This record gives sequence, C-alpha cells and structure tokens, in this order.
Amino acid sequence: MEMPQPNSEILSKKAKIAAALRAVLPYDAVIDDPSETRAYECDALTAYRCPPMIAVLPATTQEVSDILKICHREGVPVVPRGSGTSLAGGALPTADCVILGVAKMNKVLETDYENRLIRVQSGRTNLSVSGAVEEEDFFYAPDPSSQLACAIAGNIAMNSGGAHCLKYGVTTNNLMGVTMVMMDGEIVEIGGGYLDASGLDILGVICGSEGQLGVVTEATLRILPKPEGARPVMIAFDSNEVAGACVADIIKAGVLPVAIEFMDRPIIEICENFAKAGYPDCEALLIVEVEGSEAEIQDQLDRISAIAQKHNPVELRQSQSAAESAAIWLGRKSAFGAVGQVADYMCLDGTIPVSALPEVLRRIKELSDHYGLRVGNVFHAGDGNMHPLIMFDANKEGDLELCEAMGADVLRLCVEVGGCLTGEHGVGIEKRDLMEDQYSAEDLEIQMAVKDVFDPAWLLNPSKVFPLSVSQSRRAS
Amino acid sequence: MSEILYPEDEAALAAALREATGPLQIMGGGTRQIGRIAPAQALSTRRVQGIALYEPGAMTLVAKTGTAIEDIEAVLAAEKQRLAFEPMDHRAILGTSGQPTLGGVIAANVSGPRRIQVGAARDFALGVTFVDGTGQVLSNGGRVMKNVTGYDLVKLMSGSWGTLGVLTEVALKVLPVSETQATLKIHVTTWADAVGCMSAALGTPFDVSGAATVQAEDGGFDCLIRVEGFETSVQYRASELTQRLAKFGAVDVVDDPWAEVKDLRSWAALDTVWRISVRPTDSLRVIDLMQDLQKEPGFHCQLDWGGGLIWLGLEAAQIANAQAGLALHQALQTHVAQLSGHATLVKSGFLRDQELCHFQPLGRAIEHVSQTLRKKFDPRGILNPGRMS
Ligand SMILES: Cc1cc2nc3c(=O)[nH]c(=O)nc-3n(C[C@H](O)[C@H](O)[C@H](O)COP(=O)(O)OP(=O)(O)OC[C@H]3O[C@@H](n4cnc5c(N)ncnc54)[C@H](O)[C@@H]3O)c2cc1C
Ligand SMILES: Cc1cc2nc3c(=O)[nH]c(=O)nc-3n(C[C@H](O)[C@H](O)[C@H](O)COP(=O)(O)OP(=O)(O)OC[C@H]3O[C@@H](n4cnc5c(N)ncnc54)[C@H](O)[C@@H]3O)c2cc1C
Repeated sequence: MEMPQPNSEILSKKAKIAAALRAVLPYDAVIDDPSETRAYECDALTAYRCPPMIAVLPATTQEVSDILKICHREGVPVVPRGSGTSLAGGALPTADCVILGVAKMNKVLETDYENRLIRVQSGRTNLSVSGAVEEEDFFYAPDPSSQLACAIAGNIAMNSGGAHCLKYGVTTNNLMGVTMVMMDGEIVEIGGGYLDASGLDILGVICGSEGQLGVVTEATLRILPKPEGARPVMIAFDSNEVAGACVADIIKAGVLPVAIEFMDRPIIEICENFAKAGYPDCEALLIVEVEGSEAEIQDQLDRISAIAQKHNPVELRQSQSAAESAAIWLGRKSAFGAVGQVADYMCLDGTIPVSALPEVLRRIKELSDHYGLRVGNVFHAGDGNMHPLIMFDANKEGDLELCEAMGADVLRLCVEVGGCLTGEHGVGIEKRDLMEDQYSAEDLEIQMAVKDVFDPAWLLNPSKVFPLSVSQSRRAS
Repeated sequence: MSEILYPEDEAALAAALREATGPLQIMGGGTRQIGRIAPAQALSTRRVQGIALYEPGAMTLVAKTGTAIEDIEAVLAAEKQRLAFEPMDHRAILGTSGQPTLGGVIAANVSGPRRIQVGAARDFALGVTFVDGTGQVLSNGGRVMKNVTGYDLVKLMSGSWGTLGVLTEVALKVLPVSETQATLKIHVTTWADAVGCMSAALGTPFDVSGAATVQAEDGGFDCLIRVEGFETSVQYRASELTQRLAKFGAVDVVDDPWAEVKDLRSWAALDTVWRISVRPTDSLRVIDLMQDLQKEPGFHCQLDWGGGLIWLGLEAAQIANAQAGLALHQALQTHVAQLSGHATLVKSGFLRDQELCHFQPLGRAIEHVSQTLRKKFDPRGILNPGRMS
C-alpha cells in the first residue's frame, strides 16, 4: 500500500511542534519519544504500520482546539484516533503526522431518560455507553462486534453498524449531535437533543467522514428502552440459494427480525471445530433473532419457522432458553476468532443487494478456486452486508498480495451487482484505490470539494478515502 | 416569468441547468411552498418519473424524483410494504393542489409521526442521483442498506430543499406494512402531563410508533399513543401501556387518528403556522413563551414525536398586525435557539411580504460551512437562491 512521502520540512520542525503542544497540554499528554509513539503505529489493519511523528492525548474539547490551532499554523497533518480498531487503516499514521487520540475523553456528560438521549465524550467505548444507561433498562443500539474496544469517535467517523442494525439502523440513524473541532481550531455544535437539521444536514455528512472533516469530541446519542427479551432460531439448508430465498421470504412476510445472520459451509465447519456449538452438517446456516415479550417472540419464531419449512430445511432449531440462545450464537460470535486459529485472514465488508446473494456466493467460490485461497462467508443477510474472510499465510512470500488482489476482485464484484465496496468498515487506505470502481471522477470530485470546505489545506487524515493520485493536487497545495 | 420548464429526462434536465442564465425555482409537485421563494424561472421534475426498480424481498425501491408519492405508495401497498417514515402531505395546510413527488419529499426531508420510531426520510434514502448547479450528473450512495463508501452526500442532499442540486433519482429503503395498529387516547389536563405521558410511553419496551398530543374541546389535551405489528402483539402492548399510562388520565382506545395528526388537515384555515423541533421536554418552555406572548385569544398547538415536534398556529384574527406577527416570529426563533432546536415558518398570510428568516438562523460557523458548500455545488447560485434563509 502506497503512502505519501513524509514531508521533511515538517519532520525538521518536530522539536518545535512538540514544545508548542506541551505549552497547551499536560507534559505526559504529548508523546514524542520514538519508543513510545510506536504504540500508535497501526490500527486493526496490522499489515500496515508507521509510527507517527508525535501523539497527543487531550482531555477536553478546548485542548483539542489548542492542538489543532498549532497543527494548522504549522501545516502538520493530523490523524484522529479513537481506539484503533479500524479494519481499513483509517487511523494509520504517516511519519510526519500528529496522532490525536481521544481515548482519555471518556466521560458521560449527561443522561436524559425522559428525552431518551445520552451525551458523552467521544473517546468513550461503544459498550460502555450502553453500560451507562443499563440500570434504567436502556441501551445504545448500534453494536459493532468490536464494541468492547471501539470508541464512539471511531463509530461516528466510520458510521459503524452491527448485527442488530436491521431493526435499529447504524450510527448515523442514532446520532443526534456532535461537538466538533474544525482543523483551524474552531469549536462547533452540530445538532443536539432535537431531531433533524434546520439547515443543511451537516451532521449527516460528518458521520462517516473518516476523520477528514473535523475532530469529534462529544456526541449526543439516542438511547432506547431494552426489549423485554430476545431469542433466535437456527435454520440449516442444503444450498446457499435456498437460504437466500428464505431470507427474502421472511422479509416479504412482514416479520422484521432484529438480526438475520448467514454462514456458509467453510465457516460453519471452522466454527464447529473451534466452538463445538453443535451446528448441523449443511451448506448454509441462518440465525434469525426476534425481540419482544415471551408470547411475541414465540409468535414471530413460529411465523419464521413456518416460512422456513416451505424451503425444506435440513434442520430447524428454535431456542427455548437463554442457554440454547447462547449455544446458537456461540459459533457465529466466535467466527473471526475461529478463522484466526486456522489461518491469517482478511475480512472484507462489501454490501450487495440481497437478491444477488446466490450469484455473489457462487462467484466468490470461483475466485477462491482461481486464486487458490480459501474463503468463508459470514454476514448480515438481512441487509446484504457480506463478510468474506479470505484466508492466507502471512509467512508465505506473496500470499498477502495474492489475498489483496482477490479481495479487490471480490469488492469489484459487489459493485458490479449493484452493491458497494464497504458497508461497515470504511474506506481508509484499504479500499482507497478501488473508489474509482464505484464512483466516477466527478462523483469523487464533489466529495473532495466537501473536504475542501471543512479543511481547505487538507491536513486532516489526508491520505485516506480517495486514491492518492486523485487527491494529489489538493494534498500538495 | 416565462412558462415552467418540464425537461423530459435527466439528460434534458442537466442541459437545462447548464444552459440556465439566471436563477431557477426547482419544483416537484408544487405542494410545499415553504421558505423564501424568489422570482425565478420555474423548472419542474414532473416528467422525470417512473419506478426504475422494486425488490420487495430486498426492501428497496428506486425511482425518478418526479414520480408521484401516491404512485409509489400504491406500488408498495400491492406488496404490503410502505414508506415507513410516513411523509406528511402538505396540501391541506398550505392550500396547494399539485401531486407531491418523491423529489420534494426527500429534498424537504418530510417525515411523519413514525419518525420517532423508524427515522426520517433522510434515514430511508439509500442513494441519490442529482444534477448540480453546473449541470453535471452526480451520484452518491447506492441501493444497499449499508454503505459507508466515501462521504454520505445522500444525507446532505436530503433536506437541502433543492439548493445544492436537482435530485433526479432516489433509492429508498422500504418496510413491511404492519398487520394492524392500536391507538390509545389518554386525556390529560396540562401540557406537562401530556409530555410526561408521551415520555413514559416512549420509555417502555413496547415499541411505540406514534406519540402525539392534540388540544381537546374541553380545554384539556388528548395524548395519542400508537403501537403497530401483529394482532396479538399489538393487543398485548396496548394493554400493558394502558396500565402504565392510566396514572396520567382516562385511557381509551380510539380509531386511527394519524392521518389528521400527520397532515394537520383541520389547520387549513389558520393564517400562520410554525414547525418547531426541540428536545421533547423543552416543548413546555416553547409553549410557556407562546402563552406569555399570546394570552388573548389563545393559539393552536399540536405536539408530535413525544413533544420533540411542536406545531403552533394562529388564526388571522389572532394577529394584530404584521409587526406583531414579526415580533412573535423573532421571539420564537430566539427562544428556540437558546434551547437548541429550530423553528420554521411554514406559512403565513400576515408575514408573507416581511423580511424574515423562514428557517432557523444558523450559528456563524455552520452558516459559513453551508454557504461554502452551496458555492461548491452551485457556483453560479442559480438553484432556489435564498430558499433556506
Ligand atoms: C474484531 C473487530 C470487529 C469489528 N466489527 C465491526 C462491526 O461489526 N461493525 C463495524 O462497523 N465495524 C467493526 N469493526 C471495525 C471498527 O471497530 C470500527 O470501524 C470502529 O468504529 C472503529 O472505532 P475506533 O474507536 O477503534 O476508531 P479508530 O480505529 O481509532 O479510527 C477509525 C477512524 O475514525 C477516525 N476517528 C477516530 N477518532 C476520531 C475523532 N475524534 N474525530 C474524527 N474522526 C475520528 C480515525 O481517523 C479513523 O479514520 C471491527 C473491528 C474489529 C477489530
Ligand atoms: C403550476 C405551478 C406553477 C408555479 N409557478 C410559480 C412561479 O412562476 N413562481 C413562483 O415563485 N412559484 C410558482 N409556483 C409555486 C412553486 O412551485 C412552489 O412554491 C415551489 O416550487 C415549492 O416546490 P414544490 O412544492 O414544487 O416542491 P415540492 O415538490 O413540494 O418540493 C419541496 C422542496 O423540494 C425542492 N424540490 C422538489 N423536487 C426536487 C428535486 N427533484 N430535486 C431537488 N429539489 C427538489 C423544491 O424546490 C422545494 O424546495 C408554482 C406552483 C405550481 C403548482
């Protein structure tokens, strides 16, 4: 993966910049010793690493503003960082950048149950937002699998989603407002405790902007009362096509599950070996979860089961207890870990129209044969968000490159059938060079024009999202 | 002003924008005359119409923006699906008569009571194609449920009232129609109890899909609480809610009132109407202010979204003169700004010719960002100039 040459002029000012930052921050909030900056050299896309010039850990919005004023004045690129769990290299530093980490900013600022919202500092982890409102039986709905670690800051920047987004939506649908610091240090409030923008929906474009438009320091999030209960049904089929048809029928029947998860044979086998969840021997497995009171759950599960029976499932298992629910989810939840035990892997997250599912799975299989790399598919079937896990051997010369080439082909396939490159993880550096497969030059130009408005000098996370050749003239200026 | 332009398709629309020599007024159905409308050549999207794709099993529909909402709803209904955000029909309240279009609904981010449960129009827009102010055809988003590829300009275009570009095609997420609904009416005597009752309902796990309050004839207020879904589930949740809300007042099950709540048909004769969005419990402070300023002879008020959406209305006879109306408008916008929220003047005979901001004025930085964005999308400033001021 190509990254721009570090700017030697900036590197030569390192001591001066560190001193300026120390003048506005506590001493230990500025990290410039190369042995310590290494801690920030990568995010969860660990194949790419580069220690930053300096890392700073502010504790307040005002400190963030002070930092950005200095970086703006000195022309230093800034890479915002939450918890560093990006799978797209969104938080990957450049050698001449300041990493601005919001991990210290993890306070709850306000909980308001009457109005069903919470205000937090952006470094707070996703799960601990729900944790803060649990005692009143509320929760924060978007639930990326990384929720124990990832921060609201990263969730907003990536517009992250989780298994339950079929019913509750992703971050953008649950975000009401932010406090954000612009690259020139100006602090702005966008949105708040009320719904919808009066002017242009700036909040909507901030969410998902991958740290390129401003540094988000606080967020107002919608919280919801917890459902009374939830239970899944597991349905096994002898072909991907039939499983896909069953998903469509469930949706058409008007049952709206909170999650529909799909696993194909390679993943089922790996998970079963790893977790011993008792999954049947089959080609495709669906886990469909519904919520409500006991009677409501039973009613919905019966409806789903009746639909599934028409497709002659190999096996159908309704959970009757918390223990059975846990067993059904066990394999699925350990999927990534299980694959990690047998191989190195790359996880893609292209999204496709649900109707294209059988075709896409067939063609991924063809690509897998062509490249000689194993692929397992586990994904959110209700919304078409694929997660092909391409397995490779990092110690084998050329295997990573082979895997990346195959990944690119899989993502092009997603675009070709009417889908997109990324449904959850964002573009970062990982899918940057594929953007031209999805968007025309003009489509990319208008997106870059939006960045010009917020960050005219292109100092915020500049080498991400857009192909380097496409953003070249802006970054150079 | 010359005749309305009706480009035949997207290409003709793009050409019309490239060739435009002055400001254009972008219209869909001509039913939502909100905001400042400068004299300009009118350009209608009505002929850019048709449903391009509908996949019920994938819950997606793609249509040209001149398509009538009515036509889209009919096609969806045949598959027992719907536009879940329940777009308001502005025709009664504004006294307009065209066909509301998909473009108008998305450009104005028009949602209804169910917004509180499922989200706004902007949350259901998956992708857009639009023509910018230079006549370029641009796309963003797609037709899949989850998409974080590049910046989300779909949100930016939604609610931009035709000031950033003319939408030509929109991909929508649609949802199944519920088997049935039940609405509880709780009669309360104060606005504070009304907001408390709606908050309590929305704080339960019973998936409330509508929480509004209307003025009752006896001087009290009727809270309306809706649940939707399968028959047995609706019955169960309605009965649980009945128990929990009884402490606020007498609870009755009533016939479906939501078309009236959504479209405010009975407000058609009012002279001046504001639409205000605040934190739900702050609605009481807006009502207090209105009571202070407008003691005699009262005002019309409806709360939706659990109190988060306030409709305020005055009859012509309730406004002494344009000066008084203007003072009231400005006081409302100032107060709402202090609370954090926004107030829009939806219509006003009295204030029609006054110099005022129909939309809530923005803070300096965000106003600057908005203006700069408009310059990027529409460098010549020809698209609905001033519409959102
Ligand atoms: C095991 C695993 C499972 C995962 N599962 C999911 C999943 O189910 N769904 C999903 O959507 N994602 C998933 N992810 C991806 C990742 O967790 C999300 O993208 C997450 O939102 C990143 O949050 P973070 O705090 O770690 O951000 P980081 O990795 O630190 O940063 C991510 C991006 O956000 C920007 N950013 C960070 N802080 C700020 C700020 N204050 N202001 C502006 N921009 C900022 C960064 O510059 C970067 O571009 C998974 C990752 C892992 C490792
Ligand atoms: C037959 C007729 C003739 C008229 N002639 C004039 C006239 O000459 N001068 C005059 O000042 N007013 C005129 N009007 C009033 C004018 O049409 C409306 O006030 C105004 O266009 C509001 O838009 P709308 O209601 O048509 O759009 P709606 O369809 O209700 O849309 C609401 C908002 O969305 C915007 N919008 C609609 N479709 C799109 C789209 N596809 N892309 C982007 N934005 C969109 C609109 O500009 C408006 O801001 C006329 C109305 C009619 C019905």
